[in-house]
Amino acid sequence: MTNDSSKAPIIVIKDLHKTFGTNKVLDGFNLVLNEGENLVVMGKSGSGKSVMIKCLIGLETPDSGTISVMNKEINTLEQVAIDELRTEIGFLFQGSALYDSMSVRENLEFPLRRHTKKFGKIKDTTPLVIEALESVGLANAINLMPNELSGGMKRRIALARTLILKPKIILYDEPTTGLDPITSKEIILLMKSIQEKYNTSSIIITHDVDCAKAIANRMILLIDGINYIEGTFEELNASNDPKVQAFFK
Amino acid sequence: MKKYFANIIEVIKSFLKEVGEISYFAGRFFKEFLFPPYEFKEFLRQCYYIGNRSLFLVGVTGFIIGLVFTLQSRPTLQEFGAVSWMASMVSVSIIREIGPIITALICAGRIGSGIGAELGSMKVTEQIDAMEVSGTNPFKYLVITRILATTLMLPLLVIFGDVLAIYGSYLVENIKDNVSFQLYFNQVFNILEYSDVVPATLKTFFFGFAIGLIGCYKGYNCKKGTAGVGKAANAAVVYTSMLLFIIDFIAVFITNIFYKM
Ligand SMILES: Nc1ncnc2c1ncn2[C@@H]1O[C@H](COP(=O)(O)OP(=O)(O)O)[C@@H](O)[C@H]1O
Ligand SMILES: [Mg+2]
Repeated sequence: MTNDSSKAPIIVIKDLHKTFGTNKVLDGFNLVLNEGENLVVMGKSGSGKSVMIKCLIGLETPDSGTISVMNKEINTLEQVAIDELRTEIGFLFQGSALYDSMSVRENLEFPLRRHTKKFGKIKDTTPLVIEALESVGLANAINLMPNELSGGMKRRIALARTLILKPKIILYDEPTTGLDPITSKEIILLMKSIQEKYNTSSIIITHDVDCAKAIANRMILLIDGINYIEGTFEELNASNDPKVQAFFK
Repeated sequence: MKKYFANIIEVIKSFLKEVGEISYFAGRFFKEFLFPPYEFKEFLRQCYYIGNRSLFLVGVTGFIIGLVFTLQSRPTLQEFGAVSWMASMVSVSIIREIGPIITALICAGRIGSGIGAELGSMKVTEQIDAMEVSGTNPFKYLVITRILATTLMLPLLVIFGDVLAIYGSYLVENIKDNVSFQLYFNQVFNILEYSDVVPATLKTFFFGFAIGLIGCYKGYNCKKGTAGVGKAANAAVVYTSMLLFIIDFIAVFITNIFYKM
């Protein structure tokens, strides 16, 4: 096993089941994320990767199974406690999910308006906004609207929006999908630099092998609703199983 | 034949299911709108936006309806030598029926579809999920503010449309018969009773509520994909228009019962 026993698990998913109608999506999925780790989850499109991380943050309710984040069971928490926990979890959505009707600044300020517990009441949000934008190298975009941004810039702004709360965990849902190869590389470098700067633990969902290779400390393949195989990039790459091999061609 | 019936039953079933879901959605609105946190700023922004988007359209339509309605009724009234009744007739029919329903239909097309498309695309691009993760209740922020805004703004828009319609009618009378502004508007207000104004105004609140409710419901429950957004916007208009006529019918029915007693 590659689990570093000196580091405590920060997310534990046990026996997760989720079915939509007759569509069995997750069928006993397990996952452990250790502190400071970059865990890559790969799986075919429609295999339930997004559903899995949405369960993690309480956007979807699992049919059965337990999810504990920082030793708290998500399914048993009250709304207030969930909101509080969410300040520790950044979520980068698949399509960036910037609010179209708001400027970049307003997009970044949005998480601050309700999550007041963590920072107290903030009088001037400008320093926080600028700091987050500087972390993604886009401080000069502060007054632009989302429709004035390129795909890569949108992804960076979305990342800045999750960073503004200084989360301990970041969940990336296909961070490089829909971007050209060069922009993808930039985003991967950015993810690495953010991990160093903010010391976060991350789950990265992707089907981009280059992205996985560059960033994964450990990988899980999600096939048929379960964690089909776990290991380092090299271990999985060397596997003879045709189902595993299919991902690395 | 059997298949045909099975089909009809399917359609009725899905219609009833939809009615149930909309009622549940409305129930959630009433359960949550009184409790904090209040999204006051977003509510004001929506009010402004609704007014801004439809004021011109409602004004122009009202004005033209007033003109046309007067021009069309003139020959008939002339035949009976009752042209002097024009102001009263226009006033009652505009205030009671034409103003509210035309304005509401325009707003269903303009505002209802806009809300459906906006919330639909927010749903599809996960902006609603992003809000939830950011600690903001998206139902409060997006749905409650919009339903309250349409409920409050529609009556104002109707009054605006009514005034312009009556003004349009006055212009025709002024040009054709040289009726003075004062005389015309005196007649307009003299004929009006509480029983004309109060129920007509009350029902416009329900019209506004229906427009906001259906637009939000359709957008909030939008199916994935860009086709879903178009469908949501379209369905918002169709459902709302149908609902407007049903509300109108019920309102007239109730009003008649009350004032016959
Ligand atoms: N809210 C939902 N209602 C019904 N089916 C859903 C819903 N969300 C996801 N699904 C289905 O679950 C499956 C997995 O979806 P998803 O997790 O988005 O896949 P991916 O691995 O590409 O992220 C798909 O078949 C999708 O159609
Ligand atoms: Mg996905």
